[in-house]
Amino acid sequence: MAEPMKIRTQLSGDLVAIKVLIGHVMETGQRKDPRTGQVIPAHFIKQLSVGLNGKTVIAAQWGGAISKDPFLGLKVKGAKAGDKITVHWEDSKGEKNSAEATVG
Amino acid sequence: MNELNELRRALLKGGCAAGLVAFAASAGLLVPGRALAAEWNKSAFEAKNVADVLKGLGASGVADSKDILIKASDVAENGAVIPVEVTSQIAGTQSITILADKNPLPLLAMFEFVDGAQGYVSTRIKMGQTSNVRVVVKAGGKYYSAAKEIKVTIGGCGG
Repeated sequence: MAEPMKIRTQLSGDLVAIKVLIGHVMETGQRKDPRTGQVIPAHFIKQLSVGLNGKTVIAAQWGGAISKDPFLGLKVKGAKAGDKITVHWEDSKGEKNSAEATVG
Repeated sequence: MNELNELRRALLKGGCAAGLVAFAASAGLLVPGRALAAEWNKSAFEAKNVADVLKGLGASGVADSKDILIKASDVAENGAVIPVEVTSQIAGTQSITILADKNPLPLLAMFEFVDGAQGYVSTRIKMGQTSNVRVVVKAGGKYYSAAKEIKVTIGGCGG
């Protein structure tokens, strides 16, 4: 089960700064278990999108080399207080998660 | 992108072009907005060196640019968590791609921007060893790049 996502927004003028914190193992598939010597299978977020009022404004594709529990900072223009920011991701095992925040 | 490129190549080759268009349409390849929810770029993400990544991205004629700012510390103590902040001051920035030259898989992430989204990304990356962090920006259909070396004292990729 995916851990909850944290989204913070900060509005200055019509520019909203978005900070996202995602709980995810981000396993590269390159690492070996030190005890068993077995390669730990890859498990990482592949696709992520950020929407402003339901319209996708940023679409990202990731590899396994984004740090564990990914942090993301982004900026979007043309926002106002009360707008909805949504973040959605899908990982290499097909797990998904979405979260929503209101621009304050 | 990749699918569309393949499709275009197939179309250029001629042959059963009409049939292909019909097939593409039925497969949903020509639906507007599809580009944003593009398939994960497998060939680029699984490429093992920078040249192959660029090939996978379809980036050619990449020019160095001083308008791409990479903010990161010169020395990273922990290769598993390296904060990196990228700002593209190039007008009409469409995408920002981040690579670490000497990582086993150099392509880290690709961000596409539409409408109001600014050419700015802040995130944390993993690096296996000291290497250049390279940023490729697509703007107006052209590619620009900048690089910054980060010294890594403990790698973040291996076991």
